[in-house]
Amino acid sequence: MATAYDIAVKQAEPEQDNPAPVIAVEKVYKSFDGHKVLNGISLRVNRGETLAVLGRSGTGKSVLLRLIIGLDTPDSGAICIHGQDLAGLGLDRMGEIRKKMGFLFQSAALYDSLTVQENVAFPLEHHRRDMSKSERADRVRQLLTEVGMDGDIDKMPSDISGGMQKRVGLARALALEPEMLLLDEPTAGLDPISSAEIDELILKLQRERRMASIVVTHDLDSARTIAGRLALLNEGDVVIEGTFEDLQQSDVGFVKEFLKQS
Amino acid sequence: MSDRGFTPVASLNPPLPVRRIEPLSSAAGYATRIFNGFFEWFGSLGIFSWQVLRAAVTPPYEWRELIRQLDEVGSKSLPLVAMAGAAIGVILSLEARYSLSRFGAKSMFPVTLVYSVLQVMGPVITGLVVSGRVGAGMGAELASMKVTEQIDAIEASAINPYRLLAATRILACILMLPLLTIATDACALLTGWFAQAMVEPLSFHQFIANGFNGATFSAFLPQTFKTSVYGLIIGLIACFQGMRTRGGAAGVGRAATNSVVLASLFLILADVVLVKFILVFFP
Repeated sequence: MATAYDIAVKQAEPEQDNPAPVIAVEKVYKSFDGHKVLNGISLRVNRGETLAVLGRSGTGKSVLLRLIIGLDTPDSGAICIHGQDLAGLGLDRMGEIRKKMGFLFQSAALYDSLTVQENVAFPLEHHRRDMSKSERADRVRQLLTEVGMDGDIDKMPSDISGGMQKRVGLARALALEPEMLLLDEPTAGLDPISSAEIDELILKLQRERRMASIVVTHDLDSARTIAGRLALLNEGDVVIEGTFEDLQQSDVGFVKEFLKQS
Repeated sequence: MSDRGFTPVASLNPPLPVRRIEPLSSAAGYATRIFNGFFEWFGSLGIFSWQVLRAAVTPPYEWRELIRQLDEVGSKSLPLVAMAGAAIGVILSLEARYSLSRFGAKSMFPVTLVYSVLQVMGPVITGLVVSGRVGAGMGAELASMKVTEQIDAIEASAINPYRLLAATRILACILMLPLLTIATDACALLTGWFAQAMVEPLSFHQFIANGFNGATFSAFLPQTFKTSVYGLIIGLIACFQGMRTRGGAAGVGRAATNSVVLASLFLILADVVLVKFILVFFP
């Protein structure tokens, strides 16, 4: 079976007619109340490639994802999607870009007043008004089957476990068939079996859909499994970026310490 | 507002309050911070209002959510405002009978009750009752959605939360307040007449005929429809407080309380202006 890295190497080359990376973060700075969170970070992700962003808590990993999807704005620097700088975009254009992105929140952020089925149908109801009710229901069922949640479609989010919520969140993120997938701690707080299942699910999606993905995680094993390339953050900037082997061979003290403790 | 031409909901967040022990010498600095906070709040409210207005007038329109909110604000508030109206009718009837008897003006009872209810008590009581029920509910619901990242999830799904969550709720309040006021007025007049009829004979027909004698629509319509402004205030404040919440469960509680307190306060202040406005334009 091909490893995630093999898949990434094979699929991640920029396309000839569109050489710009799908996601490009260029020298981005972000502070909150005077506290510097991101300190000139730069990253690029191509189509079919999965980048795992690792680092200690509070190093700005989740903030990076929020900036990419436009939930926050950088203090300076640029975030480009398909070569298009997000700065200066109106709400409509930003909405068009967001439709191409799937975002899995760390807490899953399911709508607590809607059932599992309604949660997944939510983006379709708003953006695929051309779909009939039965087409939408079929699509929702297909997505929930894909993440192994087709048996719980009428349950409320409060009635399912954290791992199940993440699966539903993933199905919702995939509803509009995004070109980019942003995953914030997809396996945090899950037992090893659920974590492995989520990892396998993400790998399967990569194989089938060739999305550009960024996975923020603390879990080195998970990152190694699902990502072809890893970026280790410390104090708001990338300490090292490369394959898992590159990290293992690094002489940088922080990298050694991080690998040792993980 | 950001240079993108829109403000992400997240960026409306004020910094979390920091508790510090201030020396006396920094009293001026403290006053300055309060002063700045006051203007910052109004500035943020202005930006929020602009975002909601822009979202409300541009398609796609969220009809389904609007209907749900009309039900939430209207139908579900009806029993409460009806009961409040009924109580006010009885109280006014008792007070009016006593006061008018002292001046030998008992025959003025119907007109006193009708004008008191329709021009003053009905609209204000409806506004305050809805402010308590709907303001707190909306503030807490949106605040809870905010702290659990559900509003961020809506935004990340390329759905405008100002349109889906705020515009629909505010519009529902604007549309429903006048209808609820009519219900309050009707209940107050009915129980007011009933309380009077229990003491001395007075037919409902006679009560209405005397009460509305010489009255024109312009005497009552502006008073009833001014409650749309109350609705605007209640919806706007509750949505604003809810969608800028931070700080977990405590933040949700704060948002609910602030929604009710501020909406009630602004409602009463607005009434001062509205009464003057109506007196000038509908003498």
